[in-house]
Amino acid sequence: MKLIALLLEGTLVSIEIFFLTLLFSLPLGLVAALGRMSRNRILCGLVKAYISVMRGTPLILQLMFFYFAPFYIFGVSLDRFTAAILAFSLNYAAYFAEIYRGGIESIPKGQYEAAEVLGFTKTQTFFRIIMPQVIKRILPPISNEFTTLVKDTALVTVLGISELFRAARNEASRVASTNPLLVAGVFYFIMNWVLEKAFHYAEKKLSYYR
Amino acid sequence: MQMLKVENVFKSFDGNNVLKGVSFEVNRGEVVAIIGPSGSGKSTLLRCINLLERIDNGMISVGNDVMVYTGENGKVMYSPDKELRRIRLRLGMVFQSFNLFPHFSVLRNITEAPVHVAGISYEKARENALELLRKMELEDKANAYPYQLSGGQSQRVAIARALAMKPDVLFFDEPTSALDPELTMEVLKVIRNLAMEHMTMVVVTHEMSFAREVADRVIFMDGGQIVEEGSPHEIFVNPKSERLKAFLRIFSDK
Repeated sequence: MKLIALLLEGTLVSIEIFFLTLLFSLPLGLVAALGRMSRNRILCGLVKAYISVMRGTPLILQLMFFYFAPFYIFGVSLDRFTAAILAFSLNYAAYFAEIYRGGIESIPKGQYEAAEVLGFTKTQTFFRIIMPQVIKRILPPISNEFTTLVKDTALVTVLGISELFRAARNEASRVASTNPLLVAGVFYFIMNWVLEKAFHYAEKKLSYYR
Repeated sequence: MQMLKVENVFKSFDGNNVLKGVSFEVNRGEVVAIIGPSGSGKSTLLRCINLLERIDNGMISVGNDVMVYTGENGKVMYSPDKELRRIRLRLGMVFQSFNLFPHFSVLRNITEAPVHVAGISYEKARENALELLRKMELEDKANAYPYQLSGGQSQRVAIARALAMKPDVLFFDEPTSALDPELTMEVLKVIRNLAMEHMTMVVVTHEMSFAREVADRVIFMDGGQIVEEGSPHEIFVNPKSERLKAFLRIFSDK
């Protein structure tokens, strides 16, 4: 019982990281996607480089970078939690950006033209006509990212944040048994099971049109 | 009264000249059919008038509103964006591929622009939309989604959507080319009814019998130019140019 309580406490931290990351990375990803599709060469190039680096290097290394680099460069360090959220948000935003871009580019040109001749502004067209259709199309790849993020929260253990994985490992070495790790595995699975259900529900909700 | 004036319009894509000095006029209440072989520039012409493409040279005006003109120095001058938005609302366009919004019901496809572009109250827009659907004989489809409609029904919804903005001129870009003959008839019937109500329309079409029967005037385009223009009788019975004769022969062979 004490083990469950201990792991639940760690789970709360993991969930907090999960939601904070989404809160920042989902909008940032959209901004990056728009930058990536921009006709401005410099902006497009910068965003491309950002996505390339974020996707091309290990997340665990990025976590350490955002925690340690500020100290070497500025002499001050971010607190562990802030550094973790920063690294996660920037990393996931890069993946989301490519998913958004794929979704936006898959919408037929005729949708833009129909909206244009009806007099919709560019902003109205994007938010009323394009984005709702994009969301339906990108739901499956987005759900992949969400479940990966749940598991990736375990990586912040390298910064010494006591989330679920760290709590389980500490407990495992204290009682000299792998059982706590097994239970932690079940916890991660339950979280993802809930996510899966939520995405199934959302997909069903959006299946009223094709 | 003159509703649309197009003067000496040129348009090229990457050095490929698609429109080479096109001029024509449309009067209020007139139905003009544009015919011609594929690649003759018919669709591009409609797209230029509807601001989906920008012209390289020439003048286009709607009523008294000048959309674009070419200055003395040969520079093409478009009206300011705000003005263009206002002029655009005087024009309606129906596409070959319908381009309905799949995530909206039929009703919302028709009400969305009146409410969010024209600023009409939803109740008023809804009433108007249902009236248009009745005219299109689609009143029972108000709550359906585009994927549930046949091609003919989709195109009639697209026509209702364009009409809901009460345009002064309605353009059709090959409205029946994606439809089989039976569904083509449904759509042509609707356009014919609009013609009887004296809706000003410009129809790019491959339906020669329709152009002959419904149009007040027929324009034959080939190679980015207007080759011949006249009443349906002049065009179909007494074609003058060799190119038009050759073009019509293809259809009479069918």
